[in-house]
Amino acid sequence: MIIMSVPRFWRKQIARYNLVGTHCKKCDEYFYPPRNMCPGCRREGEIEDFKFSGNGEVVTFTVIHTAAEGFEGQTPYVLGIIKLEEGPSLTSQIICDAKNVEIGMKVRPVFRKLGQAGERGMIYYGTKFVPEESEKC
Amino acid sequence: MRDVAIIGVKNTSFGEQWDRSFRDVVVEAGVGAVGDAGVVGEKIDSMFVGNMSGGQFVEQEHIGALIADYSGLSKDIHVPSTRVEAACASGGLALRQGIYAVASGMDDIVIAAGAEKMTDVPSPKASSALAAAADREWEGIMGATFPGLYAMIARLHMHKYGTTSEQLAEVAVKNHHNGQHNPIAQYKSQITVESVLKSIMVADPLHIFDCSPITDGASAVVLAPADVAHEYTDTPIYVKATAQASDTIALHDRRDITTLDASVAAGKRAYEMAKMKPKDIDLVEVHDCFTIAEICAIEDLGFAKKGEGGIVTQNGETEIGARIPVNTSGGLKSCGHPVGATGVKQAVEIVEQLRGEAGKRQVDGAEVGMTHNVGGSGATAVVHIFSRDR
Repeated sequence: MIIMSVPRFWRKQIARYNLVGTHCKKCDEYFYPPRNMCPGCRREGEIEDFKFSGNGEVVTFTVIHTAAEGFEGQTPYVLGIIKLEEGPSLTSQIICDAKNVEIGMKVRPVFRKLGQAGERGMIYYGTKFVPEESEKC
Repeated sequence: MRDVAIIGVKNTSFGEQWDRSFRDVVVEAGVGAVGDAGVVGEKIDSMFVGNMSGGQFVEQEHIGALIADYSGLSKDIHVPSTRVEAACASGGLALRQGIYAVASGMDDIVIAAGAEKMTDVPSPKASSALAAAADREWEGIMGATFPGLYAMIARLHMHKYGTTSEQLAEVAVKNHHNGQHNPIAQYKSQITVESVLKSIMVADPLHIFDCSPITDGASAVVLAPADVAHEYTDTPIYVKATAQASDTIALHDRRDITTLDASVAAGKRAYEMAKMKPKDIDLVEVHDCFTIAEICAIEDLGFAKKGEGGIVTQNGETEIGARIPVNTSGGLKSCGHPVGATGVKQAVEIVEQLRGEAGKRQVDGAEVGMTHNVGGSGATAVVHIFSRDR
């Protein structure tokens, strides 16, 4: 399976591994996934890199039973939208027993394998989330 | 800007068409629409074709030229043909481009078509192709699927508004009920709330019967300036509004996960252009790629208050003969969803209804109809309003 070509993944590796997004100094808006053009002030924006804490809460979630290509071995897996404490939201997997996940649940980031390009191919890593209270895992 | 009318329509049958190729279905739709309009090839000024992913589904790009060629419009007359892509809203957008061409005065007779051939690849490959309508870099890479994205909309809708799985199921049940009377529909079988809830879970809370299928099919309409439409047909259907709006490509960036702001914006623009309100619409074809999508659509287009789409559906208000018939064709759920064709198919359904040719699914006295076509999880929305009256 191929999640994404190597250069395409590599370009955003730091953003994926370390939750580095961007911040518009002019609007004081935070962006993750990173944006180089602030939707608020567009060309007037002053964009800088920003590392997010990764603390956030679950906005909504689903339990995926029919997997995306390349994720077949992982079903069922919990996919959620996480709102980070600095403001922006992102899509990621929540590592937790599905019956313990709830909207509003506090989560924290963990560095995990996303997938692998075949038996001997590149391993893709990224940020997933776990409940802040680890007994819920 | 000139008024525009639809003077001819054609849907192919929708379904798994193992014996027919991409070009076969498109040509059938195009030739059928041109025949319905009674125009000859030499009269056609241009064509626009909605197609999401010929490249992934049939490993064919350059769709515009291919279709012009196999429709007999390339040799000698060299009719310009343009492919239009906006994921599952490709068809609606092709129609909109065709309307632009006629309204501007550049072209007179224009074909707007849509087509997708989705069953030539295994279904995981088809799902993967469809997932390209979401944000590959920040949704797809985390394991998001299309049912998964809409499931997250459904989950939050349930949490905020108390919408139930039974209410979602009612959308599918109604659309199958309507689809049984549509000769082109992929599924004419009837389902019940119980059978929806018992069907396998794809992405909790969406079952397989909450999802539209993978489908082969094509649709086409012929457009003409309203001033000359009566030369071709006794019942031209007039375009009262064409509207389009964009939103964030990723679901997680939306202002409100349970509202498709692009649908709201496109709907508002359409109502303004037509000088109409939701109460003026007699029937609507909405983009029910998943049952939750129909519930959001009727809210976002003003046919139900926010959060009440489920209750309105459960109360039967969206059935044929009720307050606002929704998806008389059977919708994407029962009629099928060849992604590039769907937006045009919706217009064909409205034209047949406004002409009074919809048979057992006819909405009595239908004068004004709306179509609502969505790309991805809501990053593109296209809304049209059609009327018997100019």
